[in-house]
Amino acid sequence: MSDLLLKIENASVSFDGVSILQDINLEVRKSDFIGVIGPNGGGKTTLVKLMLGLLRPDKGKIIYHLSHDTGNTKIGYLPQVHSFDKKFPITVQDVILSGLPSTHKFVSKHTGDEKEKAVYWMDRLGISSLSRKPIGNLSGGEMQRVFLCRSLISEPELLILDEPDTYVDNLFEKELYEELKELNHKMAVFLVSHDVGTITSYIKSIACVNKHLHHHPSNIITNKQLASYNCPVQIITHGDVPHTVLGKHDHKHDHEHQH
Amino acid sequence: MHELLSYDFFRNAMLAAMLAAVSCGIMGTYIVSKRIVFISGGITHASFGGIGLGYYFGINPILGAAIFAVFSALGIEYSSRRTEIREDSAIAILWALGMAVGVIFVFMTPGYAPNLMSYLFGNILTVNTSDLYMLLVLCIVIIIFFTLQFKHILYIAFDEEFARARRLPVNMIKYVMISLVALTIVFNIRVVGIILVISLLTIPQTIANMFVKRFFNIMIFSVLIALLGTISGLILSYLFDIPSGAAIIFFLVSLFFVARIMKWIILKTSSI
Repeated sequence: MSDLLLKIENASVSFDGVSILQDINLEVRKSDFIGVIGPNGGGKTTLVKLMLGLLRPDKGKIIYHLSHDTGNTKIGYLPQVHSFDKKFPITVQDVILSGLPSTHKFVSKHTGDEKEKAVYWMDRLGISSLSRKPIGNLSGGEMQRVFLCRSLISEPELLILDEPDTYVDNLFEKELYEELKELNHKMAVFLVSHDVGTITSYIKSIACVNKHLHHHPSNIITNKQLASYNCPVQIITHGDVPHTVLGKHDHKHDHEHQH
Repeated sequence: MHELLSYDFFRNAMLAAMLAAVSCGIMGTYIVSKRIVFISGGITHASFGGIGLGYYFGINPILGAAIFAVFSALGIEYSSRRTEIREDSAIAILWALGMAVGVIFVFMTPGYAPNLMSYLFGNILTVNTSDLYMLLVLCIVIIIFFTLQFKHILYIAFDEEFARARRLPVNMIKYVMISLVALTIVFNIRVVGIILVISLLTIPQTIANMFVKRFFNIMIFSVLIALLGTISGLILSYLFDIPSGAAIIFFLVSLFFVARIMKWIILKTSSI
């Protein structure tokens, strides 16, 4: 199939003999918008690292069908917010420019073209006025916008977001999902989230990750199905009557039901 | 002053002050930004083992220290990625081991150990031509590497995982940078000494960071502040006949407090 971007075949990952992911199969296509859910410690972040090539599977393989480039920039990546030092002396513009592929190995300056791209994305996400500020002076929502710019500036074919909804305000969350919906016209989106309820109206399919991976073809998933996938997560439906349903109860996952 | 500059030893000291400022200003910015001050302290003290071995075997102690420092730096960098030992504990062990080895070998060296104090506390007035050449080559290497790789150094220091996902040469840059940190420390031991070298790598940067917020700007300001510190310290040490290393650091710490007060006044007046 020509619209296939990435394919994971029977991949397993373990750390120190503990199996984190087992026999994972996944296909990501051009127009996909996949929401990824699962309990903490279920292997969501490990799956992201696997897709980014930061981890090698113990067995199985990953096949990429992305356009060729030097810096793996055809996969855009938005890491979890707390993974960097907020006092690091770097400006918003520099952070965004770091998302570009390093085309010239020995040139340390960015070209005017590259800076224009940064300006375009900053405008689009409404953070132009922050361009020269140190990254540490920003609010959580502003930081997420900056990191989203960084992952988009290389014009990726697949955008991976690892829990972008933590530490941000509700307003930004909604804006973010609307933006992702728009971006999905041009790229596949792979959204890891702990808030299943909110994302269901934006995503096209759901993947449950809890050591195993179940890719559910639609954005509607019932509690029963979740239980059969052994994927205990909290579901808050945002319909007329908000209510909370718990997935299959497994004693050792007790603490993971809480947000 | 003219009269002073006509002395060879004083000209050497002035050159050493400048080269120390350039190397410490640049590498210190990396150390402070990346929060590896403790690692740098560990490398500094581990290098004392090399000085002891140098005395014992009759080779240049700075050369022994350089070998010790680079190997401990690479060891720390490597072990922080691969082993299960807590990094800070590993550094503390290396720190003490270097000092112990140094003390043992200096003790075993027959006769009196000349200049030992100058390694511990530094003496910029005893810097000789070969020390100057080592510092000069180091500064040239640092400037070339930063010119070519500045973006990569900055991006990797800021967000290593993202840099890895972007397939930047993360390991190469990290190993080169930690080796340059080690060499900067060792070649500046003659200027301010083992005990004080870490402050030349942190005080100018801390002062600079109060006023500027970009890595590159901190680097430039740190070099200038360090230059002010080393040259003022040198002159103070001559005028009052006090040890130069301590004079330099004392001047820099005083400058830090002055800067702190200035910053406070700026904030006060801008808020009115």
